[in-house]
This record gives sequence, structure tokens and C-alpha cells, in this order.
Amino acid sequence: MLLGRAANGLYWMNRYIERAENMARLVDTGHRLALTQTGTATDEWMSVMTSAGVRQAFDARNRPYDAAAVVDFLLRDPDNPSSVMTCMETARINGRLVRTSLTREVWESVNEAWMALRRILGQKVDERELPWVLDAIKRETALIRGAFHGTMLRNEIFDFAKLGTLMERADSTARILDVKYWVLLPSVSWVGSTFDTHQWQTILRSVSAQRSFRWSYEGEYTPANVADYIILNRRMPRSLAYCHSGICDALGFLAEEYGTRHTSHQMAQNMLTKLRSATIADIFEEGLHEFLTEFLRSNAALADQIAVDYRFY
Amino acid sequence: MSTFDEMTLGGQARSPYQDYKGWFDAQDVDWLKEKSSDAEKVFRRTGITFAVYGDAEAAERLIPFDIVPRILSGKEWRRLVQGIEQRVRALNAFLYDIYHRQEIVKAGRIPRELIAGNRAFVPEMIGVRPPGGVYTHIIGVDIVRTAEDEFYVLEDNARTPSGVSYMLENRETMMQLFPELFGRIKVLPVENYPQLLRESLAKVKPTGCAGGPTIAVLTPGIFNSAYFEHAFLADQMGVELVEGQDLRVVDGRVAMRTTQGYKTIDVLYRRVDDDFLDPLTFSPDSILGVPGIMDVYRAGNVAIANAPGTGIADDKAIYSYMPEIVEFYTGRKAILNNVPTWRCSEPDSLAYVLEHLEELVVKEVHGSGGYGMLVGPAASRREREAFAEKLRARPSNYIAQPTLSLSSCPVFTEKGLAPRHVDLRPFVLVSDRIHIVPGGLTRVALKEGSLVVNSSQGAAPRTHGCSMTEGKRPCC
Repeated sequence: MLLGRAANGLYWMNRYIERAENMARLVDTGHRLALTQTGTATDEWMSVMTSAGVRQAFDARNRPYDAAAVVDFLLRDPDNPSSVMTCMETARINGRLVRTSLTREVWESVNEAWMALRRILGQKVDERELPWVLDAIKRETALIRGAFHGTMLRNEIFDFAKLGTLMERADSTARILDVKYWVLLPSVSWVGSTFDTHQWQTILRSVSAQRSFRWSYEGEYTPANVADYIILNRRMPRSLAYCHSGICDALGFLAEEYGTRHTSHQMAQNMLTKLRSATIADIFEEGLHEFLTEFLRSNAALADQIAVDYRFY
Repeated sequence: MSTFDEMTLGGQARSPYQDYKGWFDAQDVDWLKEKSSDAEKVFRRTGITFAVYGDAEAAERLIPFDIVPRILSGKEWRRLVQGIEQRVRALNAFLYDIYHRQEIVKAGRIPRELIAGNRAFVPEMIGVRPPGGVYTHIIGVDIVRTAEDEFYVLEDNARTPSGVSYMLENRETMMQLFPELFGRIKVLPVENYPQLLRESLAKVKPTGCAGGPTIAVLTPGIFNSAYFEHAFLADQMGVELVEGQDLRVVDGRVAMRTTQGYKTIDVLYRRVDDDFLDPLTFSPDSILGVPGIMDVYRAGNVAIANAPGTGIADDKAIYSYMPEIVEFYTGRKAILNNVPTWRCSEPDSLAYVLEHLEELVVKEVHGSGGYGMLVGPAASRREREAFAEKLRARPSNYIAQPTLSLSSCPVFTEKGLAPRHVDLRPFVLVSDRIHIVPGGLTRVALKEGSLVVNSSQGAAPRTHGCSMTEGKRPCC
């Protein structure tokens, strides 16, 4: 037996923890590009902001697209609902709400992550400190995840938490890809010429996959391989197919435990079937941007339906 | 008037503290300091905090914890238990009477207007018999001591007393910090409190409820000062922690919204004040309560602990009549003393109070938590004069008491042991029997010489925070 409000709290606690981590990864990618490229840093920071889904909010500030302003906005800004600090605040508030559903280890890891990041992000981050700060963020979220997987009973509480993590991750991966989709489009301008490997690295790096990609595709950097890896690969833990496989599993366990299937089960199943049966050629045929737009829409609709089916509100 | 010290008498350790003092004196002070700071880290990490209203900077504050325990002997404790049991029986009998035939008023022992005109009196409770006949299920009796054999009840917290989670966490922390101490001193356990609480609540289930009742703790939410405690107790009892927004009346029962639809609740341990319990009956703009819950309650389909309207029993105006109340319902003199109290509503008393402001503590009749009170001896002349104005304007709003010389207990400070005034709040559970776990919360006036020990006064200007020693531990 679980309160709808508690399911909602578990779901959002994990969405926000995942989001905090994704923000750190985006900043890392942007920073790396700004260091290695000349002249286009502004464009890179703009696409980072678009991927993070906070472009409009940032533009409203009338601040330059430079490293200092963007990094501050993404890591610390209290008025940016997706900044790392705001995400951790929100995650902790949700954690306090569902405290009775968490093991002591999980609650303490969330509380300690919040305390540590509040200290680290309490003042502007010096660029020299940035790599260390980003590592600290990723380490804190990794500790939470470790505590979660190591101590939580595999019951409905676990399933709702997992849904939060994977829904957020799928959303984030799709948006990262969508912002850069043009890099992967077959185009006469690059055929046989120098393909911009920095851009590829950007995408892979944003999903922490630059090394594993090489293992899986033997270093064959083609648009089809990169897109395939991030969208369809079933073993890459940030791919859309992986996320949705996990989402279907979690929903499946809930259906089993409660003995009831809902609309959300069918929706998730449809999405997974599409991800499993499609080839990357099909997707390029449909149009990568069109495919991703449709995915983001379905993913959001699924999130709403889960909230309705399990009485989050 | 010299202060009675819990630990030492005439330069010697008092008997309950003999073993402890021997142990303490043999410890290295730096090591103790380290332990003391370890404790703070543990509390911060686990989020054992309380919120202070209206103080954004310190939205969550740690409960200061002191490593020196409060120890009572078995003999001292047994006497307190007798006195508390007697008082708690009287309180429940009084509540039943007040909401039924009002014999005590008819007998002329309590003025009628004190009941009828009292904000804490809930007319909707007239004629209602709560499940199990219990009104106040959970009580925290505040007790102070002035001498070896002099104990006074300062307040009967019969509404929604808090602090029991700190007693339990403090004990847990003490056992982690100083396990060897527990080998030396035989201490009665308090850990089973959550289990006893659950059993007590289960016993007062509605008559129509067959089988094991579904129990839930109702909290105002995470921004409430005692949220940690609400979550802690729900967790320890293994019951749901609900908010008003989770609850609704479904088919004449109180039900909570779960991921599988609405599920009936039989017993609600509410930590929401009467005023907010039901917007249809009480404060209409409350979003903390459950619309219609009072109808369900009156129909006998849900048990609410503590019952609505119990505030009439711990009202400060009623307090002064407690000796009469105890005698009226138990037929015996009260075992525990009441602090002598002047009711400012009575002209003679008012005159006396105004004359002796510099030696009295004046409290608002309906205030709680140490707000709106005057500690005469500690106040400046100007503060006393300002307060006298308020007193003359609304005398019936105030009562006055002599400043008792509260006992002191040493706390651990940077400079070693230092005495601070203390009180004691044991926790009482009432169902078909009365349980008092052998422990309690000792609150310490953080400032040297201060007499205010209330924990919700952390934000008040002159008594910055308060500290608690580990739950008192009777030795047997």
C-alpha cells in the first residue's frame, strides 16, 4: 500500500536527482567544447541551454552566452528550476515527503548530497574549480543511486522511483540528440570531407558514452552508428530503448503487484515496440528530428498518464 | 533560595549520578568534546531537525543535544508515575464530564463561564463518546523540580505534545556514543515506545472495525516544526504518514488516496490542531484537514487521537483548578503539586500580580510555546511596565505564577560542566490502560540562569535555542 502522493514524491525525487546529474554532464560537455574550439563557443553554449530546456529562461536574463554566465545559471541559479542546486533542493523536499518510504541509507545520501552541494555551490564556481565541482555533483548522485540500488526493497516504491529516473533520462537523451540532430543528417557538404568529430564527441560525451561507443562500434564513427547507439542500443544505459525497456519493466511489476493494467501500460508498450522494431535507417527515413519530436511528445504524454493512473494528485 | 542540582549535593554526587560521575571524571575532556561534535554531525546527517517559524535563515534548526544524561532513580520515577497516572485519569474523566453532564460545573467546583466561553471548548463534541472512551491518548506532562522531594506539574500537554522522537533519538545517540556507560548504569529501556503507541492506538479503534485497524499519522506537512517527529513515528510504527490532501470522506468513512484508489483509515493519530481538522466544522480556510471528518467521527466511524476538544483540559485557565479536578474525579488529593497560580481575572489576584510583577511569571491563558509571557525577575523595568499595560487591558487573558527555583543539571560546555535549569517531559499513552515509558525529554535553558526551557522558543530573542539532555533514565 502506497499513498498516491508518496508515489509522486518518489517519482519526482528521482527525476530531479537524474536531472541534476544530466545538468552537470551538459555543463561538462559545453565546457569541453569551449576549450577545444575557437569562435563557436557561443553556439555551443546556446545548444547546451536548449538541451537543458532552459533557453527561454536564460534569454530573459539578457546575459551573454559565455562560460561564466551559463555555468552559473545551470549550476546555481535559484530561479532556474532545473539548476543543479534547485534540482537538489526539490529532490530533498520530495525525499522528506516520502521519508518513511526510504531506507535510512537513501534518505541520508540525499540529505548529505544536498548539504555537500549547498556548500560547494554556495558561491560562484571559479572556472579552475569547475572540473572538480562537476565531479562532485556526479559523485553525490552516484552515491544516492548506489544507496538506492543497494538497500531498497524491490517493491512498488522501487518501481515508482525507477520510473522517475528513466522517464527523466529518456527525455534528456532525446533532447540532447534533438538539439544536435543536424550533425547526424547525411549531407552532401560533409560526405567524403572532414566530419566534425567534435560535434560527435559532444553528443556522446553528453550521455557519458564516448568510451563505451568505441567498445560497441569498434570506433566506427558514422552518423548511423552514433544515432543507433543513443536511440536503439538496448545495453547503453542512457539510450531511449534502454530507458523504455526499464519503464515497461517497472510498469509491468506494478501491474503484477496491483493486479491491474492501465492506459499507461499500453502507451509504454507501444513506445517500446517502436524502439525495438525500428532500424536506424527507418528513423532517418522518417526524419530524425520528426522522430525525436514525436518521441518527446509521447514520453510527456506517458508521464501524465502514469500520474493519472496511479493517483499522484 | 538555592538551586537544587540533579547531579551534586554538598559537593558529593547524588546517588542516581554516582556511577556516572565516576565515569565522567575518568574521561579525557578532548575526547568528550569530539564525541559531542560527532553527535551533532549525526543529527545533521539524519535530518533530526525542527523548523522555527518566521525565521528563513534557520528554516531547519538542529535540536541541540547534550551528552550529559538526566538520571532519575527508580524511587523518584515510581513516585512520578503514580502522580502522572492519577492526573491523566483525572484529565480524561474531566473531558468526558465537560462534554456530557458537566457535573463538576454543577457542583460549583469550576465556574461555568470558564468552560462555555473558552476557545478550547469544542461544542461539536458535546454528547460524543469517543471510541474506547478515551479523549487524550497521548500526553506530555511538563514537570519541574525544586528540591529532593518537590515536583511540580507546569503544564499538562493534552493536545498534540511533541518531543518523544527526540527522547528516542537522543537515547539511540547516547548508546552509540557511550556504549560502555550503559554497562555501568542499569537503565530502563524506552525503545518500545513506538510499539506501545501503535498498540494504544489500535485499542481505541471504532467499534465497527473488525480485525486489525488501519492507522495513519496526520501531519500538516514538511514545513511544520515537528515534521521530523511525525515521519519518525509513522515510520517506527509502520503506518502511513498522511496529509490533509491525501484524505477524503468516502462512503461515510475517512479514506486515503493510494496508488490503487481510496483505502479506509480507522484510527488517525493527528498532529494537526483542532482549528484545522475539518474546514466544514472549524476554520473554513484550512487545507490541512479533511472536510467532513467530524461527521464521520461523531458517527463513530473513525478514532481521532487526541480527540477534538481536549484543549479544554490543558488550558492555562483550567490549569489553576487542577487540584480540584484531580480530587473531584479520583477522590484523592493530587500526588503531584500544581504551581500556585493567580488568575488575573479575579480582581484581588490582579492587584497582587501588578504589585509583584518583578517576582512573577505571567503567561497568556491561551498562549503556548513560551510566546507572549513575562519573566518578571529577568525583565527590565520598562518591559514590566509595558506588560502591566497589557495586563490591565485584558486581565482575564493572563495568569501569574511565582518563579520557581527550577532544579539544575550540568551540561557539557566548552569550559566543562556547567549547571543549567531543566524541566522534564515524560510521555503518557492512554488506551484501556496507562503506559508511561520510563524516560522523557529533559529540556535545558541554554542561557545560564534562564528559566525558559520551551523548545519552540528557539527564535525568541533572549533565550537562543534550548538544549536537551538525553532522555531521563531511571535506574533500578
